Amino acid sequence: MLLFIEQLLNGLQLGIMLFLMSAGLTLVFGIMQVINLAHGSFYMIGAYVGATVTARTGSFILGILAALPAAALAGMLVEILVLRRLYKKDHLDQVLATFGLIMFFNELTRIIWGRQPLFMDVPPWLAGSIELIPGIPYPSYRIAVIAVGIIVGVFLYLLFTRTRIGMQIRAGASNQEMAGALGVNIRLLYTLVFSLGTLLAGLAGVMAGPILAVEAGMGESILILTFVVIVIGGIGSIRGALLGALLVGLVDTLGRAFLPTLLRLFLSAAYADGVAASLASMSVYILMVAILVYRPHGLLPANG
Amino acid sequence: MAESLLSVQSLVKRFGAVQASNKFSLEVADGELHALIGPNGAGKTTVLNQLCGELIPDNGRIFFENRQITRMPVYQRARLGLSRSYQITSVFAHLTVGENFSLAIQAHEGHSFRFWKRAADDPVIRRGVVPAMARVGLEKRANTQAANLSHGEKRQLEVGMALAGHPKLLLLDEPYAGMGPGGTVELTQLIQRLKTEVTILLVEHDMEAVFRLADRITVLVYGQAIASGTPDEISTNPAVREAYLGDEVVERRVNGCSK
Amino acid sequence: MNRKTLSITLGAGLFIALPVVAVMAGEPYLVTLFSRILIYALAAVSLDLMLGFGGMVSLGHAAFFGIGAYVVCILSFHGCEGTPILTWPFQLGGHQSGLVLWPAAVLLSGTAAAVIGALSLRTSGMHFIMITLAFSQMLYYFFVSLEAYGGDDGISLFSRNTFAGVDLTNDMQFYYLCLAALAAFLFFSYRLVHSRFGMVIRGCKENERRMKSLGFPTFRYRLVCFVIAGAGAGLAGALIANQTEYVSPGLMHWTRSGEILVMVLLGGMGTLFGPVLGATALLLMEEFLSIYTEHWMVYLGPFLILVVLFAKRGIYGLLAGENSNHG
Repeated sequence: MLLFIEQLLNGLQLGIMLFLMSAGLTLVFGIMQVINLAHGSFYMIGAYVGATVTARTGSFILGILAALPAAALAGMLVEILVLRRLYKKDHLDQVLATFGLIMFFNELTRIIWGRQPLFMDVPPWLAGSIELIPGIPYPSYRIAVIAVGIIVGVFLYLLFTRTRIGMQIRAGASNQEMAGALGVNIRLLYTLVFSLGTLLAGLAGVMAGPILAVEAGMGESILILTFVVIVIGGIGSIRGALLGALLVGLVDTLGRAFLPTLLRLFLSAAYADGVAASLASMSVYILMVAILVYRPHGLLPANG
Repeated sequence: MAESLLSVQSLVKRFGAVQASNKFSLEVADGELHALIGPNGAGKTTVLNQLCGELIPDNGRIFFENRQITRMPVYQRARLGLSRSYQITSVFAHLTVGENFSLAIQAHEGHSFRFWKRAADDPVIRRGVVPAMARVGLEKRANTQAANLSHGEKRQLEVGMALAGHPKLLLLDEPYAGMGPGGTVELTQLIQRLKTEVTILLVEHDMEAVFRLADRITVLVYGQAIASGTPDEISTNPAVREAYLGDEVVERRVNGCSK
Repeated sequence: MNRKTLSITLGAGLFIALPVVAVMAGEPYLVTLFSRILIYALAAVSLDLMLGFGGMVSLGHAAFFGIGAYVVCILSFHGCEGTPILTWPFQLGGHQSGLVLWPAAVLLSGTAAAVIGALSLRTSGMHFIMITLAFSQMLYYFFVSLEAYGGDDGISLFSRNTFAGVDLTNDMQFYYLCLAALAAFLFFSYRLVHSRFGMVIRGCKENERRMKSLGFPTFRYRLVCFVIAGAGAGLAGALIANQTEYVSPGLMHWTRSGEILVMVLLGGMGTLFGPVLGATALLLMEEFLSIYTEHWMVYLGPFLILVVLFAKRGIYGLLAGENSNHG
C-alpha cells in the first residue's frame, strides 16, 4: 500500500511534467495546424540554462528565472524565423523543417556545453522529504513539482476562461477564420501562443533537471510521450492534454512498478520479469492504441 | 409515375443544436430529372452528403433500387450506381484528363489490386476512356493536365468522371456555381443530353436553369421538404412563395417572365 | 536522349563502375560506404512509394527497417547456436541462409506494417504522423527491453548470411548484391506506380474523397501500399544487418525514420530515382562533413530548413528538369 501511494505520486509527477509539455504543444497543433517536432528542444534549452545558472549562482530559483525567458525567447525567435513560414505549408514540410531544428539545437548544445551530461542537485531547501500522508515520506522536491504543475494548471484555466487573450486563443483553436474575422491580430497571437508553449516546456525542462540528466537529445524522449498525450487527449484541447498527461504518467509509472509482481502470479519469475519489462515499456503506446480504436480523435477533442 | 429509384424517408441529421435535416423525405423516379432547391443554409449539401454516404444520418432511411443504403460506405454506393459530382471542382489536378477518366472507369471494372501491368495498356480501361471523354466533349484534351483546363472544362471533366462508371443516378451538386455566362449554355445543353441517359438529382441555385431542366422539383427549407411537384405546381405553391418571399428570381419565374 | 534518361543512365553506370574504380584507386572502404548508401536508398525508395506516391507521411518507417534487421540477426543467432526460437506452439529453429532469412525479414516486417497500418490509417494528417511515430517508438522500446537479444546494446551477427552462390563476406560481391536488390526493387516500383494499383494510390494522394465517391475502397489500397513499403524497408533491414554484422534498437529510433524522410525529400519526392540520389547525397555529406567537424549537424539542420523552404523539388528535380514526376 505504501509503495502504491508512492508510485501513484510518482505517476502524478510525471503526468504534471507531461502536462507542462503538452499544454503548449497541443495549442500550437490546434491553432496553427503546425506539427512541431522541435518542442523538446525548448525543454532541453530550459534544462541547460537552468542548470548553468544554478551552478554559477547557487540558486535554483535564479536558475528557473533564467530558464523561463530563455526558452520563451528561443521560442519567439524560432517562430519568427522558421515556423511562421511553415503555417501555410503541408505537414511533411513542417516535419522536415522542425526535424532540422532538432538537429541544430542538439548539436548547438553539444558545442556550448560539451558531450558530458550535466547534473543538477536538488536545492537544499527541497532536499528532504515530507509526510503528506502520515507514515508515507515523499521527497519534497517532487511535491514541489506537483505543486508548480497545479499552479500552472490553474493559471492556464484562468487565462483561458477569464481573460480576453485567452478567449481569443480558444477561438483560434476551434475556428481560425472566425478568430481572424473578429479582428484578432493572428500573427501576434501565434507568436505569443508559441512562446507561451516553449516557456512551459522550458519550465518542465528546468524542473526535470534535478531528476534526470541534462544532456543533448533529452528533449526527444519526452517529446514522443508528449505526442502520445496529445493524441490521447485530442489535438488542440488543453483539458484533453491534462487528462492524457495524467493517464500516461500513471500508466507508465504504475506499469513499470507493478507489472513484474502482477505477472509473477501467473508466470515463472524470470519469464515474468522479461515479459513485464517489455510490456511496461510499451504500456503507454498500448493505451494509446486502445483509445484510438474507440475514439480516433482523442478523448476530449477541441472541436467537438 | 415510374417506380422510385431513390427513396428517402424522414432523414434526421443534427450538428450540435442545428437541425440540418429535419424529417426530410424525397422520391426520385427512374428516368426523371429531379431538382432540389432551397434558400442558402437550407441543408441541401447535408442531404447530398447523406445520399452519397459522406455523412451518416442520425435517423431515417435511404433506399436505392429498393435496397437500404442508409449506412453503406461511400464506395459501395458508388459501385451500385450512385454517382456524385462536386460543387467545388474535385478532379485530380496533377493527372491528365485521360488519366482522370481512366481512374473513373477503373473504379467500376473489377478490383485494382493489379501491381504489374500498366494501367494505360489495360484494354478494358482503354476501350472506355475515349467514349467517356467524348460524352462531355473533352476528347481533344486527353493529354492535358487537369490543372491546366479552363474553369468550364473542369466542370465538364467533373461531370464526365461522375458519368464514366455508367451510374443509374447522378447527383449533381450546383454545376452552375462559379460559371461565367459563357459556359452556362453549353452546360445546359450537356445536362439536357444527359437527361435522356440517366436519372439526375440536381441541386442548384440557378432558378432559371432549374425551372428549364427539371421534371420535378423538391423545395427544402430549414432541413425539411416543404413541397414537391412539377415546376408549375411549385411556382404556384403558396408555401414556396412564402419561403422565397423577397427572392426576386422566383418572383420573376412565378410571374412568368424570364431574363 | 533527354536529360532524364541521360541522368539515370549516368547514375546507373557510376554505381556499376564504382567498386572497380574504388579498388583501383586504393580506396576499398568506398565499397563499404556505398553498400550502405545502396541499402539506405532501398529503404528511402520504399518510403517514397507511400509518401511521394501515396501521400502518407509516416514518421515511423525505420521500425520496419529495424524489424527486418532483427529478424535476420535473431534467426541466424539461433541458427549458429543450434537452439530453437520457439518450442511452442511449434518447434522453430534458426537458419543461416539468406534465401530463407531475407524473405522471412520481408514477410515479418510486412506483417508488422499490416497491423500498424490498419490502426494508423484510421486517422490522417497530423494524427497519422504522430501515431506512426509512436508505434515505431513502441517497437524501439520493445527491442530495448529484449534482454535475451542484447537489449539496449544490440546483438552481433556471427557472420554474414550465405546466399546461393554469392560470397557475402566479400565486400565487392556484397556490394553488387545490394545493387541488384535496389535495381530489382526500383523496377518493381516502376511497374507498380504505373499499374492500376499505382493509379489508385496516386489518386488517393491527390483527393481521397473523390476516390471514394468514384467507388474505390481507399482504405484497403492505402493499407496494401503501407505494407509494400514496410516490406521493402524490411528487405533493406535484412541487408543492413549483414552489412554492419550488428543490430541494435538504434536502427529503429525515430530519428532514423526522420533521416530516411530527409533522404526522400532531398532527392525528390514522388520520383523513383530521387530517393536514391537523396540517400547518396545525405550519407556522403555526413561522411565528408564529419571529416572537417564533429558538429556537422549544426550545419545540416539549417540546410534542411532551407531545402524545405526553397528547393522542394529536390536534387532529382534539378537534374531531370521539368515534368520529371513519376519517373
